[in-house]
Amino acid sequence: MQKILTLSLIVLLGIGVSACQSQKRIDDIAEVEEWNPTGLSGGEGAESTLSASGLVEGDSGDTLAGVVTDEDFGDPLSKRVVYFDFDSIVLTPEATRIVEAHAEYLANNRDMALVLEGHADERGTREYNLALGESRAKAVAEVFLGLGVSEDAIRIISYGEERPVDLGPSEDAWSLNRRVEILY
Amino acid sequence: MSRRCLPLLVVLFFWVCAPMRASAVLTIEITGGVAAGMPVAVVPFEWRGQGAPPVDLRNVIAADLHRSGRFDVLPVEDFLSRPSDDREVRYKDWRLIKAEALVVGRMKALGGNRFEVRFQLFDVFREKQLAGYRWEVEGTRLRKIAHQASDHIVKALTGKGPAFDSRIAYVTVERAASQGPTYRLMVADSDGFSPREILLSSDPILSPAWSPNGRYLAYVSFEDGWSKVLVQEIDSGNRVKMSEYLGINSAPAWSPDGRQLALSLSHEGNSEIYVMDIKSRRLQRLTHHSAIDTEPAWAPNGQSLIFTSDRSGRPQIYRIPTAGGKAVRLTFEGRENSRASISPDGKNLLMVTSNGNGHQIGVFSISNKRLRTLTSGPLDESPTFAPNGSMALYATKRGGRELLEVVSADGRARQVLRFQQGAVHSPAWSPVNR
Repeated sequence: MQKILTLSLIVLLGIGVSACQSQKRIDDIAEVEEWNPTGLSGGEGAESTLSASGLVEGDSGDTLAGVVTDEDFGDPLSKRVVYFDFDSIVLTPEATRIVEAHAEYLANNRDMALVLEGHADERGTREYNLALGESRAKAVAEVFLGLGVSEDAIRIISYGEERPVDLGPSEDAWSLNRRVEILY
Repeated sequence: MSRRCLPLLVVLFFWVCAPMRASAVLTIEITGGVAAGMPVAVVPFEWRGQGAPPVDLRNVIAADLHRSGRFDVLPVEDFLSRPSDDREVRYKDWRLIKAEALVVGRMKALGGNRFEVRFQLFDVFREKQLAGYRWEVEGTRLRKIAHQASDHIVKALTGKGPAFDSRIAYVTVERAASQGPTYRLMVADSDGFSPREILLSSDPILSPAWSPNGRYLAYVSFEDGWSKVLVQEIDSGNRVKMSEYLGINSAPAWSPDGRQLALSLSHEGNSEIYVMDIKSRRLQRLTHHSAIDTEPAWAPNGQSLIFTSDRSGRPQIYRIPTAGGKAVRLTFEGRENSRASISPDGKNLLMVTSNGNGHQIGVFSISNKRLRTLTSGPLDESPTFAPNGSMALYATKRGGRELLEVVSADGRARQVLRFQQGAVHSPAWSPVNR
């Protein structure tokens, strides 16, 4: 599996070099590869092309983290996003449960790389929210580190309020946007 | 019906003659009259040429004067005569409609897309000319000339320095259902006209900041998937990557001498304020705190920086010497204050303020510590001073759409710059054009 991924990364890397500026998804993979010598990737686009196939086709039968089925319901590993209260970087009990489940899984799969993507809602300034998104991702990273995941395996990226999942100006939309996405 | 009862929403028809770009301005909406302003009559410019004039100079000037908040621009329908130079002015026509100042002018086609423009400004009560200028220009520079005329008028009547012959930078976002969003860094005239695309990206762009000489923009781009600070020469499009440290690379601000960039970086822990020497890229770290420190802005003398920190629990504004030292909290009124910039005279902070009921734009006097809220919110952000400090441009959201508004520094006048499509945010007002 690892070889296939590495191979596909080399191919993607080749495409990335020759692709034009707008091919950001491929560029991403090329960049992440440099940072992450184990070959697994994360971040925008990379998550869907690499992690998903890695987990679905992988041999870790009882932890199909990438796929949500009826049986996964209630399994914290089926949740890849944790949500925060307004202007808060404190994990809720639900968020802690989800993050701990992923942390235990990753602590036992040491060659996996992890990307934590922090986000904020649109209230407050964009620059402050960029820092806030990072603080949230760091709060999640603390749990991973505490449960034995190596610091080198974690990459934190904040998008602040720039990548909302719900564009609506409502409390419901805002609560969906205040989040950290756990990508591996 | 007196001019004092200006309807709340007067839509001036400012059609852009050039082919529409995706983010061209369609209209400038004037929201709210200026009852306390000086009454000024701006007469439609006489046109000597074929067909319609390429630019309605009168409307450009009238919108500028309104936006300054200092003037009550009288409606053309009330005018008893329409002079185009000093010999045609009958002062009593203007005293009758209570105009205190009068602007007249004309534009003549010289052939080959060249035009002669002249205007004169009169004091109606003293019956004398206060200013008069004449230009010969290319058609592409007519709007610029109108803004220069506005600057001359404001200077003669109020003593304020120039503001309108300047540019604004901003970011547009178009979200198409079929594909991801498209981000554009744009530069336009101070009233949003003549927009030009500086950068196109499929990743977010934010925090554009003008170099003091108006030639470069620093900004944050997420190309490749994470934040970095770039500097781009506007005319050539050449770009240099200034900062791509691990973590966030955010909130660039040029020092007044253009030699340093203040940044918020998090590679040494959490977001802290740094000053980068542009030539050597050497970093000097100014803050050391576990709280968020971001949004640095320079004092006009370059001796200190202000920044946003939530070290007290909520975001507030602090000041720190550029040479390093202790951070001192400046704002106490208001639950939250953030993204402050200092007025050109160094006396006021323009910032985002919140008392828990949304975010508004406020002006805070450093000396008497009074905070005045200029806007109604609830999602106002990214305020930026006009070069003379008399107005503030900011981003807001109305009816689900992100757009830009201009408010006079006294809060009396407000204009909306409404773009054709997509969202608009992160405005930055340039220094005056040279």
